Amino acid sequence: MIRDSWRIVRLGLKSLMLHKLRSTLTTAGILFGVASVIAMLAVGEGAKRDALERFQDMGVTNLIARSKKPAETQSSSSQSTWSALAYGLLYRDADLIAASLPGSEIARIREIKRPMMRGEYFHTSIVVATEPSFLEITNMAVREGRWLTDTDDRRLQNVCVLGETLARLLFPLENPMDQTVLVGGGDRFRVVGILKEQGRTAGAGSTPYDECMFVPMMTSRRRFGEEVTTRAGGSFSRERVELNEVKVKMPESNEVESGARILRDLIGTKLNDDVIVTVPLELLQQEEESKRMFNIVLAVIASISLLVGGIGIMNVMLATVTERTREIGIRRALGAKKKHIIQQFLVEAGVLSALGGIVGVIIGIILPTVITNVFEQRTDVMPQHVALAFGISAAVGVSFGIYPAWRAANMDPVEALRHE
Amino acid sequence: MAVVVVPGAAENNHVSDRETNGDDIIAEFVDVHRHYKMGDNLVRALNGVSMQVQRGDYVTIMGRSGSGKSTMLNLLGCLDRPTSGEYRVGGRDVSKLSDDDLSDVRGTEIGFIFQSFNLIPQLTVLENLEVPLFYQGKVGPESRKKAEYLADRVGLGQRLEHRPLELSGGQQQRVAIARALMNDPLFLLADEATGNLDSNTEAEILNLFDDLRAKDGITIVMVTHNPTVAVRADRTLWLKDGEVEKLVDNPVRQLATATSSLETESGTADNTATNGENA
Repeated sequence: MIRDSWRIVRLGLKSLMLHKLRSTLTTAGILFGVASVIAMLAVGEGAKRDALERFQDMGVTNLIARSKKPAETQSSSSQSTWSALAYGLLYRDADLIAASLPGSEIARIREIKRPMMRGEYFHTSIVVATEPSFLEITNMAVREGRWLTDTDDRRLQNVCVLGETLARLLFPLENPMDQTVLVGGGDRFRVVGILKEQGRTAGAGSTPYDECMFVPMMTSRRRFGEEVTTRAGGSFSRERVELNEVKVKMPESNEVESGARILRDLIGTKLNDDVIVTVPLELLQQEEESKRMFNIVLAVIASISLLVGGIGIMNVMLATVTERTREIGIRRALGAKKKHIIQQFLVEAGVLSALGGIVGVIIGIILPTVITNVFEQRTDVMPQHVALAFGISAAVGVSFGIYPAWRAANMDPVEALRHE
Repeated sequence: MAVVVVPGAAENNHVSDRETNGDDIIAEFVDVHRHYKMGDNLVRALNGVSMQVQRGDYVTIMGRSGSGKSTMLNLLGCLDRPTSGEYRVGGRDVSKLSDDDLSDVRGTEIGFIFQSFNLIPQLTVLENLEVPLFYQGKVGPESRKKAEYLADRVGLGQRLEHRPLELSGGQQQRVAIARALMNDPLFLLADEATGNLDSNTEAEILNLFDDLRAKDGITIVMVTHNPTVAVRADRTLWLKDGEVEKLVDNPVRQLATATSSLETESGTADNTATNGENA
């Protein structure tokens, strides 16, 4: 049985070798189909995982309330010279949020842009004033030293924890631990810890946390206060912001939805409406939704290319059947039944597309690597996608081989033998 | 009018021997008609033919083109079914069998030899020889041994791994003959087997037929339009307008056979046919 099957496959190969160029070209049709299916699915999968990780960085059980600077009007800008523009979350808002979401953990965050200096090394970045709970809520970890503690906060310690990137920028040659960094005009902060590299997009505004400095909340209030004066184009603008962000971690992911509702209800009633609530889980779901459409489009395009490949196979098989009419007649005369002829040509079509499939799989696995390197687009080749693409190619070959094989089998043996 | 011909009516000794034994009739037409529709016309390609082929027979079928030769060949080879009448192969009526069953009859009972050899070009000689057994599911070490034996028997020697196109016409026809013998058929059915060969090769192939018949008792039915080929057979069935015109015993053949049996003993069977023709 196995030997017979092998014999049929080998016969298929031999027959395809009769027309090497034609077979190769036909195979190429399937090859591109399979390769594009695998590559497209890999791009889709990569984009999906990319999004997934991005939102996981924000924390899928987290809710994020962030202060939004109101749009400047003519009157407010003229006024701002004299009095500070006050907006955003207040300290008591954070307490209100914590009280409204029992069982949750919150971290209050204040972000202040400051130049930082260590010897001749200089970098302007964000000072993130926050609480000990921040580390767990954001799912970050300390690489060296320690994280901020309640004691630091209580004692208004001038200590800081550096993000990995910032540590490298300010201390390219020495170990930053227990060294001091000069922040703003004259505040010196002692480095007590360095965070593990996050490599994530989440951060303070557009600055990733890797590039931030973390200091105790109370220390920041004492050293920097709530008001920030910026000089732009010869005019001053003053802002008064108590908190830039409050991160809330819900105990379970199924409480995220209700938590988000409660939080949104607070805005505009008990909180000012200059607060935006971001729910990473919702974003993730939206992203998955849009990625699904994207994937469907990709799948349709890839299917069309496989279909075209299949039509190529059918075309070649029809030509083959016509050319080999006499062979069919001989085989029928020597005792082949219709099913044998069908089998022979189906296997031949199958071999043709499987060859294309195999090469297509190889190219389909290599191609995403190229895409990743050239377009910096993450790709993930999934084994099940490879199997799917190969399976479809084999199915295409066989199904497009059915009609030619049927035609071959139903030739009149007498006519077939007479065929020149 | 249908002409019913029973070969060798009584005057031939060895035919009457066979008539006493019904098992020896391996192929038999009983009032076979084959009609085609060509547009509005009904073409009566065969119109009531009866005949018998007995074990060990060497029969040629002759006739002008349009006489029904090809139709008869197709029917004998189970490639076609009669419109009416019976065709018995080995005593079994095959005139109403299904396509699959007819394929089985072709694959087990009949050995085809064609004018243009009809080997499959992409297969080696060995693989070509194995084709009939493949469809019977009998390919294996034994089929290989058999192929080697038959290749040797037809004088091919060690050319099993060659492709057909690497062989001469005569060699190709030897392969075809070996292939026709692979399934131990009831009879060989040859269609102008020497039509594409030069006269020397033709003689070689005809000698091979004689030899197969003499040594292995192979039954041969050959359709031809070449009288010099036809006379090599025991008998010739002449067709005309779809009917049997006459059945002729070939005296030359009988003489040749007589000579052949003498010569065979001295081991030079190949020359005897030539002697026969000269005689």
